[in-house]
Amino acid sequence: MASFKPTKIQVYPKLGEKVTQDTLYWKNYKAPVQIKEFGAVTNINFSPVAPHNYAVTAFTRIHIYGPFSQEPVKTFTRFKDTAYCGRFRSDGQLLVAGCEDSVVRLFDVSGKVALRTFKGHTKAVHVTDFTSDRYQILTGSDDYTCRLWDIPNATELTSYQEHTDYIRCGITSKLNRDLFITGSYDHTLKLFDARVDKSVMTMDHNQPVESLLLYPSEGLLVSAGGRYVKVWDLLKGGQPLVSLKNHHKTVTCLCLSGNGERLLSGSLDRHVKVYNTTNYKVVHNFDYAASILSLALAPDDESIVVGMTNSVLSIKHRRSSNTEEAAQQRRRPAYRVFVKGKNYAPKQDDYLVSKPVKQHLAKYDQQLKKFKVSKALDTAMESWTRFRKPEIPVAVIKELDRRGTLKNALAGRDEQSLSQLLNFLIGNLVDPRFAPVLVIATEIILDIYQSVIGQSAVVDRQLVRLQELLEKEIDYQQELLEVLGMLDTLFASSLPRKEVSCSGISRANGLVQGGAAASGPQLEAS
Amino acid sequence: MVEHSDIRVVHRGGSKINFREPVISTDSRFLLCASGDHVKVFSTSTEECIHNLQGHTDLVTGVLIKPSNHLQVYSCSLDGTVRLWDFTDGILIKTFVIGYPVYSFYATSNHDGVLFIVTPTVNDKRSELFQLVAVHLPHSGDQQVEAQDFSGVLSDISPSPAATAFGRGGEYIASAKGLHLEVYFFKKQKPYRFSLKEDNRKGTKNTFTCVTCHPKDDCIATGHEDGKIRLWRNFTHKKEYTSTMLHWHHSAVGSLRFTPEGTNLLSGGLESVLVLWRYNQESQRDFLPRLGAAITHIAVSPDGTLFCTSHADNKITIIQSCVKVSAVIQGLVKGESVRTDMMIDPRSKALVLNGKPGHLQFYSLQRDKLLYNLDIVQQEYIHELGLFEQFEVVKAAFDARGNWLATVEERKQKASALEFNLKLWVYDEKTQSFVLNTTIWAPHEAQITALCFCHTTDIQTTMLVSASKDGHFKAWQLAASTSTDDEGPCWSCDFVGAYHSLIPARCCFSADGSLLAVSFQEVVTVWSPASWELLTTLSQPPGVIRDLCFGRLSCSKYLLGTTTRNLLCCWNLLTCSLEWSTSMDVSLLLADPLSENMAAFCCQAGCTDLFVFKPSEPRPLFCHKAICSGKVTHAIFAPREDMLESCEESSQWLNRSQIYFLTQHMDLMMFTTKAEEEKLMASCKQLVIDDSVAMTPFHLLLGKHRQQQQDNQDALSSLSAERIQLPQGSVAIKELLQTPAHVLPSTSVLCSMFVQSLLVSITDAREASKPTEEEMESEKEEEESEGEMETSTSRQKASESLGTEEVDSAASALSKAQVRELRRVKKLDYSWLSGLLDS
Repeated sequence: MASFKPTKIQVYPKLGEKVTQDTLYWKNYKAPVQIKEFGAVTNINFSPVAPHNYAVTAFTRIHIYGPFSQEPVKTFTRFKDTAYCGRFRSDGQLLVAGCEDSVVRLFDVSGKVALRTFKGHTKAVHVTDFTSDRYQILTGSDDYTCRLWDIPNATELTSYQEHTDYIRCGITSKLNRDLFITGSYDHTLKLFDARVDKSVMTMDHNQPVESLLLYPSEGLLVSAGGRYVKVWDLLKGGQPLVSLKNHHKTVTCLCLSGNGERLLSGSLDRHVKVYNTTNYKVVHNFDYAASILSLALAPDDESIVVGMTNSVLSIKHRRSSNTEEAAQQRRRPAYRVFVKGKNYAPKQDDYLVSKPVKQHLAKYDQQLKKFKVSKALDTAMESWTRFRKPEIPVAVIKELDRRGTLKNALAGRDEQSLSQLLNFLIGNLVDPRFAPVLVIATEIILDIYQSVIGQSAVVDRQLVRLQELLEKEIDYQQELLEVLGMLDTLFASSLPRKEVSCSGISRANGLVQGGAAASGPQLEAS
Repeated sequence: MVEHSDIRVVHRGGSKINFREPVISTDSRFLLCASGDHVKVFSTSTEECIHNLQGHTDLVTGVLIKPSNHLQVYSCSLDGTVRLWDFTDGILIKTFVIGYPVYSFYATSNHDGVLFIVTPTVNDKRSELFQLVAVHLPHSGDQQVEAQDFSGVLSDISPSPAATAFGRGGEYIASAKGLHLEVYFFKKQKPYRFSLKEDNRKGTKNTFTCVTCHPKDDCIATGHEDGKIRLWRNFTHKKEYTSTMLHWHHSAVGSLRFTPEGTNLLSGGLESVLVLWRYNQESQRDFLPRLGAAITHIAVSPDGTLFCTSHADNKITIIQSCVKVSAVIQGLVKGESVRTDMMIDPRSKALVLNGKPGHLQFYSLQRDKLLYNLDIVQQEYIHELGLFEQFEVVKAAFDARGNWLATVEERKQKASALEFNLKLWVYDEKTQSFVLNTTIWAPHEAQITALCFCHTTDIQTTMLVSASKDGHFKAWQLAASTSTDDEGPCWSCDFVGAYHSLIPARCCFSADGSLLAVSFQEVVTVWSPASWELLTTLSQPPGVIRDLCFGRLSCSKYLLGTTTRNLLCCWNLLTCSLEWSTSMDVSLLLADPLSENMAAFCCQAGCTDLFVFKPSEPRPLFCHKAICSGKVTHAIFAPREDMLESCEESSQWLNRSQIYFLTQHMDLMMFTTKAEEEKLMASCKQLVIDDSVAMTPFHLLLGKHRQQQQDNQDALSSLSAERIQLPQGSVAIKELLQTPAHVLPSTSVLCSMFVQSLLVSITDAREASKPTEEEMESEKEEEESEGEMETSTSRQKASESLGTEEVDSAASALSKAQVRELRRVKKLDYSWLSGLLDS
């Protein structure tokens, strides 16, 4: 004997963004802390050593913030003009910054006055960095040159004049003290070796290069310029690997997550996108209030710091997960409760009496089992399910229709229960997920109760509302069909005219299909 | 072409077991039911088929336990014979030739030696009028007896076996037809008629459907078309009869039965609920709901411990008297149409097709047994007349390894659009069945016309293609789900294809999965599933493509198609041109998955012909004209478990796989070769012999000698002829090991015998080489026994005389039970003992 098969509640795909591991991870940040700086925040750099302070370059100042402070722990103000690119040395002791006045200044983090000043560039210096041996400084300037400086005696070691436009980004290798890469507005990236007197590799980005990033292994190089983010394989001689076009304005900054598995890019379109570095698909997206100029992640992704053109610095700290887990654990019953008696192994001569497993049925299913159709519908229409889970009443109506007893279930209702039904229909009739089922129910209701129209003010009012709703829906559908027609002509004109290739057409059909599906209810309603 | 005489079309199992009421044996251990032209004996506890009583040449229409001997059973058939069987051993005892087709029959202990049979009034099968005739079975020792003593009892009765029943102690017989109930009293020799007024309110009729009589009381219970049950009492006086009405069923009462003591009345009908009414307290009822399908017959065991119900879906349910289901015997379910084609499950090699409503059935062809039903729709089935719009499984497909099953179910609604779902099932190793993985609601906008899996085993991701009447075909692929809330990978749409807004009808993957052919009306399009490029189009107008099939193995470069304008085309995919075409009305085109062979069923003049051919060869390998009447629309190549090694050219195509097909009347048929049939017969005989095993040494001794005696008298004794002699040595060792140690002689005595037994005798070897030639064998056996006789002369003499005495007495007057015992003893081998005695 088969047991009663319960009504199947259709599961509808959740609309909107899908919840993935990535979205959970990147959403797990607190509300941002906003700090007003003096000007556009052009650079943010985290100190590689323990407290992980970060230097924020904005207008003529560099502020150093502690990991949780909202006031700067240190401020460097000795700039005559806009400062650029304040960067820490790998031991966190020294900080270098370029300036609009073409002078490069080197600071001790604990001091105030510049330890060294490097003069030689003729125009603004936008790029500064320490080499990995910690004794040299790389600078790149708007005078199209990039230079290496010796820190101890503040002299220029080498100068390269290969770029034909402003150098706006550069990075030194963390593994080799002689290698560094610069990107310029002449659309090229150049890899230099300090031991030879010219660049050893040139890559063409096709857009003014705004930012550069090396993977920790330094086999891959990421460059951002224009709307594109491009990944290059250095080990294959600078072969382009991927080109990503996910922003719709210039990408200004790049950043890698703590474990190196996610790449972040910030853009003037006010978005920060997170890419998976294995397949380079966008896995998450952050929105900000203004165009983003600089972006940095604290080690282990503890915080995301974003600098914007409206001179606001936004800091998001990661939510500490410990407290919540503890709270959850307190709520759960003990493991003991679940296993109580269940792990008892019967002894050899025990006689096992098996208890018949009782099938749990929802209340409306119990009533359906007894063929009490009206009651089953009433149960499904209870206010909680009606509002929170409209799919349950819809599934019960569908099941009643399948059993051929929907008319019996809907008939013989008083004013109150009828108005309840009508309310539900008004709420859900135009929902494309429920429309096919509810249209049948509505038609049956109208058939049954047309003789009593005019006897109850409440019901009449609802029927009028239902009519208005349908009229509105019909208008919507007509507009949608018009849009569909417009889209069809657009597609037809944009497609290449080829006789054989039908795959292109069929791709477009996917869109057409969506529209056609939406037009279904309209036909039924009319 | 020559007709091949050695390949025959035979019925292959799957016959109805719910055709007539099953019978439970007196000890409640066996259940007998008519099944096609056999009677099947099932065990009530294990549900296994124990014997298959074969002998009738037409449909068996009734089974009845002999009232005077509860170990024997009568069966009647449309072939005009009644046969008497011993169902515990599966032996045909007697055949009574009636000469007229028997539609049903009855017997009571009150009328010994009389059978009441229902035959057409005019001796013509088509006749509408039936009569009840009493037949006195002649007493005769012969195997086949002609019954001649007929006497009519009632005329113009219903041919349905449920419409006639014997009353208390066989004193009267009640029969219902239309609106009349007729009761015939044997003592008074006259019938009484009771009539009901015609009542056509609400479209229901109150005609009689079934009749049963109370075993202890003068009460007749009748079931009616409108679901009412009437209890008739006091009918011995025509004017003063009373009737009580019971009403629970909402549609026709299918069957009624009283329990043997008359305390309860059982009824069942379309609702598939068994209702148990307390006699005289009819307001108290017990129910056994959800039995799966409409109840057609109810039977009760003579001791009242078991009930059993036959159902419309070819099922017998055995129910304990405490209203609990204890066993289910399920036959092949054959509905009006097989909307999913026949398929072979690659894992279990079972035939898969539509079963119960909303189910797929897995039916083992080898064992003629339904393995299980897979619930596809997973909805409560509503048993109601006029409610035909339930979800039905319309398409199904397996992937190459049997890991995935795709099904399409649909429901036609009156007002709104068609509702249909695509479901994908994954095989679960742990539960050994299919588990639902993905449900796709409304996968297309219109009905799905074809469904097929990519048939490669090496490809990591399996692909499913569905073609629909909305003009698109969609490719579905298994993808790991990106979101966190659901667990495993699920199926999603990978590609939507279309071609000039034509409607795709058929799709087919090539054997290696590198090509997909989709037919769009007259045009066949060939796509590459890897890149979804349209590679080429092939067309052969006029005529819409009806079937599409890729060649296999060495013929994989060919694509075959049939059109509605009676054309069979073969395209070469290397040149993208038509290789050959021929004009024939192919109703079905099939490819053998294990060879290059293709089968085409052609419909011609109301008959179906079969052609088996290779796409590369112009001459067909095999053709068989008129395999059955009507159109064959469902057929399948089923791979054999072990390859047949036939070297005959004409039957070579059957070596790797067998072909099964369904005729218009839903009979499952297959092709067999002569060699195969012989093998089957041989194995059957072997089985019979294996039934009899160990006995006491004394019986062995006696039996063997008696057998020798008989062998001498009658060299062609059937039993010895059937026997396949085992090597003596092995038997001796076996018996030696089985006999308890304390009854054995000392080891020194046994040693030489043991060693001797290990030696292979020359006669044995010779015999083993020719096991099939039966006459030779029996001769040899004779020789052998003679040899034995020489060695043990003195004992032989003694037992011989004993044996003759026994045989003489047996021949004169032996009871049936004794004869059976004797037969069993004869089969036993006691040679180990004689060997022991020799040493």
